Amino acid sequence: MRVRKLRGLALGAAALLLASMTACGADDPAAPGASGTDGVDDGAQLTLWTRAATESVSKAYAEAYNATHKNKVTVTSYPNEEYPAKLASAAGAKALPDLFGSDVVFAPQYASQGLWADITDKFAASGLKDKVSPGHVRAGTWEGKNYAVPHTVDMSVLLYNKDLYAKAGLDPEKGPKSLKEFAEHARAINKLGGDVHGTYFGGNCGGCVEFTFWPSVWGAGGNVLDTDGKNAKIDSKEMADVFAVYRALYEEGVAAPASKDEAGPTWLGALQSGKIGIAPGPSVWLGLIEEKGVKMGVAPISGPDGGDSTFIGGDSIGIGATSTKAAQAWDFLKWTMSEEAQVEVIAKNKGVPVRTDLASNKYSSADPRIVTINSLVAKGVTPYAKNFNASFNDPQSPWLQTVRGALFGDAAKALAEGNTAITKSLQQG
Amino acid sequence: MSPKASRSRSRARALTGAAYAAPTAVMVAVFFLAPLLLVGWMSLHKWPLLGAPTMNAPDNYTRIADNDLVGSAVWFTLRYTVVMTVLLFVVAFGLALLVQHRRPGVGFLRTSFLLPMAVGFASASLLFLGLLSDEIGPVSDLLRKLGIIEGYVSWTSGSSTSALSSTVALVLWRFAGFNMLIILTGLQAIPLEVYEAARIDGATRWQTFRRVTIPLMRPTIALVLTMMVTGSLLAFDQFWILTRGGPDNSTTSLVMLIYREAFIRLDLGSASAISVALLAVLIVFNVVQLGVLRRRG
Repeated sequence: MRVRKLRGLALGAAALLLASMTACGADDPAAPGASGTDGVDDGAQLTLWTRAATESVSKAYAEAYNATHKNKVTVTSYPNEEYPAKLASAAGAKALPDLFGSDVVFAPQYASQGLWADITDKFAASGLKDKVSPGHVRAGTWEGKNYAVPHTVDMSVLLYNKDLYAKAGLDPEKGPKSLKEFAEHARAINKLGGDVHGTYFGGNCGGCVEFTFWPSVWGAGGNVLDTDGKNAKIDSKEMADVFAVYRALYEEGVAAPASKDEAGPTWLGALQSGKIGIAPGPSVWLGLIEEKGVKMGVAPISGPDGGDSTFIGGDSIGIGATSTKAAQAWDFLKWTMSEEAQVEVIAKNKGVPVRTDLASNKYSSADPRIVTINSLVAKGVTPYAKNFNASFNDPQSPWLQTVRGALFGDAAKALAEGNTAITKSLQQG
Repeated sequence: MSPKASRSRSRARALTGAAYAAPTAVMVAVFFLAPLLLVGWMSLHKWPLLGAPTMNAPDNYTRIADNDLVGSAVWFTLRYTVVMTVLLFVVAFGLALLVQHRRPGVGFLRTSFLLPMAVGFASASLLFLGLLSDEIGPVSDLLRKLGIIEGYVSWTSGSSTSALSSTVALVLWRFAGFNMLIILTGLQAIPLEVYEAARIDGATRWQTFRRVTIPLMRPTIALVLTMMVTGSLLAFDQFWILTRGGPDNSTTSLVMLIYREAFIRLDLGSASAISVALLAVLIVFNVVQLGVLRRRG
């Protein structure tokens, strides 16, 4: 055990050492047109890294691009939890891929660390900057320069089981209009008994809770972070009210007991089981749940007394800072934001286009649920903070500690202490 | 033989010896010494992933004290080390005594005890995660059928005690057989004559164990204890996979903290500083431990 660990440490360190000696050779993109703002399509082989959650979309983009271009993009995906570490090791070894995506909330950290190449001029010249998800653009911006463009959009919505709604005497075509109504619906379904539960959430997963609870805070007019992402604002009435709703559902047994320990991996499986009445979750799961034969309805997440919002998540993508094929990589990025890619690759597969001007398109109108999802883009928020991962998503983050306290411990104390701890983490180096 | 010839011969022998040792020496230098020096050097700098490092000593070290997670991680790692070392040692020694002598069926038992070693540690952790999962694993269902537990139980993150116990069970399963093997070789290296002499002198089984087996096993015991303590202080895989440091940071080990500094906060300088501090502690532990065990011998 010890030898393996030392060796692992040693290998990493040796890679770093080698990399720091050869660093000078890597920053000269000699590709034709590299200084220009147009992409180059000259048959280059491009590598693209993505996390597992985004793999299918990245592969769909790459396949469609490869079919019509000389450049060829190869997609490699890594498990979600291991992906940040994989990127950090690759950066340390100056061996980043030509293109790599990241969870949009982690983008400010990568941009600030210079892991992506500066694409400010290219992005401005493309004329696309004002037509794509503004939260993603902001996330890929550091000190006024652009480093990443939107890759995928994933939003949090309420997903409800239409069959269970009908059984519980609720209208399967009408989702709840407020968080309180959501709780009532969950309680009604829970009365069906057996192994059916009213709702489900990731009570041991910082990322799951921020994605699904924060929209209710925003919907109620509250906030979570200041605009610079340097101060937490979670010790608020809005946040306390939202936690109180979920806490009551857990204590009453309306939320499945596994909600307390759900760290993420079995979250989707729980909803696919068809035993959960209504739960907030990622919009992209709609198709994945229905694949299992569960009929689902979609409703916006709202504040305790109404007011819709959503967490606009998904992925950003940029050109690896050590890539020598920046012009070719940009050709791919520009194409992914084109109408052709957004409509024929994303919208056709029931995804949310990253282009706000293409929110309604020939495919979206076919499914009213997709219209509901797409209409939320305008109301949603993408939080921005350089230290987002360490403060909110990491299992050792102060946010997860706050969540656990607010849901299962001393709520008032957890929010007050959590606010201080998260602010400290946000302001760290 | 003239003195000159003898000198050149011994020089040739020394060179041959050096040549034999060279491959290992190179490996140690490249994969152990160089990284060690580099980690020490990094711990004195603000070390970005890309770009030039800047000296900031001793900030990375002073900041260790500011890290809210360090206190609980140190305390937990020490507790885990004590629990794990005691249990693993007792179980491994017990297994070794059980299969010490050739008897029918002993070969089967030895193999069964050692077999978990063939599973990679990360795979073993994932295996336990699956087995203990209420969603997909059989353990909870089985215990419910036997009436031992009722309703929903989370073994890996329900409470700090259950999370730690699950991990301890995993490590025991995975490593007891290996340590048994080392102890077994130690046991079998004790000459039979010594036992015979003890028997002739009228020693009871316990007296033989206490006065013959244990003293003659001292070097082996020193080896397994050193490996157990070091392995426990550097614990990572089992917690990373099985409990993810939870619930509520109750199973966050020191190496997980180093991982968080390096790969989540991307602060390589700070991660190096904690690594160096941990290394210093490890050296102290090992020196004290080996010193005590040798002196008694």
